Amino acid sequence: MSIVFETLTNTLEGFFGKIRGKPRLTEKNIQDGLREVRLALLEADVNFKVVKDFTRSVSEKAVGDEVIRGVNPAEQITKIVHDELKSLMGPVDTTVPLGGEGPVVIMLAGLQGSGKTTTCGKLAKHIAENYEAEPILCAADVRRPAAIDQLETLGRQLELPVISERGSDALTVCLKARMQAARQNRSPLIIDTGGRLHIDDQMMDELAELKKRIKPDQIYLVADARTGQDAVNSAKEFNRRIEYDAVVLTNLDGDARGGAALSIKAVTGKPVKFVGVGEKMDKFEPFYPDRMADRILGMGDVVTLVEKAEQAIEREDVEAMEEKMRKARFDLEDFRKQLKMIRNMGPMKELMSYIPFVGNKMDGVDFDESDLDRIEAIINSMTPEERARPQVINAGRRNRIAKGCGHRGAEVNMLLKQFRQMKKVMKKLTRGGMEDMANALPDQFTAPGGPMPKGLRKKSKKKGKKN
Amino acid sequence: MRLFGNKKKEKNGYSQIGPPTGTVSSADPNENGMLGRLRSGLRKTHDKITGGLQSVLKPGARLDEDTLEQIEEQLYLADIGPRTVERICSQLHEACRDGELADAGGVIPFLKERIKADLRPWETGLKLPAQPPAVLLVAGVNGSGKTTTIGKMAMRFQKEGKSVLLAACDTFRAAAGEQLEIWAEWTGADIVKNESADPASVAFDAMDKALSRNYDVLIIDTAGRVHTRENLMSELSKIQRVVSKKLPEAPHETLMVLDANTGQNGLSQAVRFNEYLELTGLVLAKLDGTARGGIVFGMRDQIDVPVKFVGIGQQPEDLAPFDPDKFVDAMFE
Repeated sequence: MSIVFETLTNTLEGFFGKIRGKPRLTEKNIQDGLREVRLALLEADVNFKVVKDFTRSVSEKAVGDEVIRGVNPAEQITKIVHDELKSLMGPVDTTVPLGGEGPVVIMLAGLQGSGKTTTCGKLAKHIAENYEAEPILCAADVRRPAAIDQLETLGRQLELPVISERGSDALTVCLKARMQAARQNRSPLIIDTGGRLHIDDQMMDELAELKKRIKPDQIYLVADARTGQDAVNSAKEFNRRIEYDAVVLTNLDGDARGGAALSIKAVTGKPVKFVGVGEKMDKFEPFYPDRMADRILGMGDVVTLVEKAEQAIEREDVEAMEEKMRKARFDLEDFRKQLKMIRNMGPMKELMSYIPFVGNKMDGVDFDESDLDRIEAIINSMTPEERARPQVINAGRRNRIAKGCGHRGAEVNMLLKQFRQMKKVMKKLTRGGMEDMANALPDQFTAPGGPMPKGLRKKSKKKGKKN
Repeated sequence: MRLFGNKKKEKNGYSQIGPPTGTVSSADPNENGMLGRLRSGLRKTHDKITGGLQSVLKPGARLDEDTLEQIEEQLYLADIGPRTVERICSQLHEACRDGELADAGGVIPFLKERIKADLRPWETGLKLPAQPPAVLLVAGVNGSGKTTTIGKMAMRFQKEGKSVLLAACDTFRAAAGEQLEIWAEWTGADIVKNESADPASVAFDAMDKALSRNYDVLIIDTAGRVHTRENLMSELSKIQRVVSKKLPEAPHETLMVLDANTGQNGLSQAVRFNEYLELTGLVLAKLDGTARGGIVFGMRDQIDVPVKFVGIGQQPEDLAPFDPDKFVDAMFE
């Protein structure tokens, strides 16, 4: 999802840059900028009519009284575009309602190849991990060759039961699955329906009939983020026939700009609830319009970065590491651990993309992960003693290390030199550096309850300089 | 790509071939039957969605800014993409200014002719060797319709009396091999599969078998992959290398399957696949919906790979050779 909106982001930044240079917003310079915004949105496959409304609405708000009263036109228009993007995509409740008597039934529907069967597995995994629930799957895609096999394979991987019946019709399988779910006391029942064309009356009738007879508690439309202008047509038609509750946007990995995320809500009123960002079962995330809008505007996505860090890194590890840094006992073994932790969070390029005003500059930059591989390899071929006290490394040891990791002696030297410099910086920072840093921050950051990370707040309290 | 909704039933549009019904059976291989099947449900929805412009474009009507903007909108809705739409529209403006286009009635013939002229140089036939086996490598992103397309191609070849071997090189997706196997049964083709092997080695075995048993055609199915994942893309190049090691001029055709619903992302898909595979053609799948597949025309400015087939339905017969004139006529029908 990280590079989804790069081009769009760059264009918008250019637009804001132009306005920033102007003493005030005029209809003329807003219109010039909006022309570019319009093209960028169209390149991102946002529906033509949605784009039209979007630019009109931004232009009306920007030219109106609101801005003239504003102190800073550039900031104000950033806010207008941001709010408009956000309200195009949200609000959305990303929880799955699972209350009520008997098995909750969730039905997935969509075009062929939109990713229903994969989503079925991902949604089941998401629910099993985040709710107190034991999902059960139903393979009601009785037409596509091997769709049943695919869901059964996924069921085995996830260790979840899959109800299927070869040669039967969708309705019979669904009814049977609901009985099984009740008998096994499992909920929710997630139904994978066959992909169908929204203009295929016969198939759409079948889906409507399925809805009428099964009465699902939730219906999700599964839509491909790569879809072009036609996304709204199928989304509208499915909504007319079965009125779904929300949308799961798939295939948002790669470089799809996902204009459908902007369009579908605008056209059907139904929000995107989840996004699929990869083939693997855990590549499934709740959809946050606010974060997406931030990302479109090049504001990065620090929230996601922090969440990833929390998943990958144990809190105790971080605290132990901080302690060592402060006492200048940080050695190569700690450095190696730290590298590992960061790399657990994901590829560097992806991580960078979450950082404000950096992410969208990453287009074309290939972060060389092999540099990190090399550092790890060199440290790995050192003895524990050498890692703890790098100063013992002499020419003989250096050659042994170089041979062991398959790199040159000069590269080992380079690493050692960099590490020494790093330690110097750390010493400076930690020797009374914490307070200096804290003092340099605006008050709002260090105030109780402010956005400062817990660890840092605690420390400044301990030293008695703040609060 | 029906630009201007129309109640008349033309004889030649693709949109009239092939039903989108999912049921397997009752397929009438007869072309007229296929034309008939489509007329039922589709036309109404089509008209509802894309109609409205034709009233503006009556012969004799004045060609004003408003009309031109509506034409632009229709081009956008066909997924032709901003850059190409801008180019076409400026041509249209020029023609208006130069008096080449006097009234609204001339707009459609003008656009049709321009786009047809752009597409005609495409060599849309399959280039197969005089000496069998002909080897076809098929790739594309997830869900684009690769396996179905391959099944339909197998059907075509079988009908021409050729012996067909399929290679199931999608060893990643759960049950992809089964899906191809079912197609093999339907069409009577043979299949090479090995789910625990790496894709290139399946391709290797399939090449062996195709050569030693004298098959006329070998079609290689690959796993759908996101075009930005470098390691997966290199895997494709590896399959291609393995194939050409066995038979230097193979694969004779390397096709990328593109979902007609795809928007501007289709361009970057084609560029990346072409980088790794040197594509010889595209297959535009799922053209039986309301999406108009304009991306294949829109991308032509940046990457010029001919469309060779279009997928127009769920039936095994629903694969038609690409015909630029028909495609464009259907677009403006």
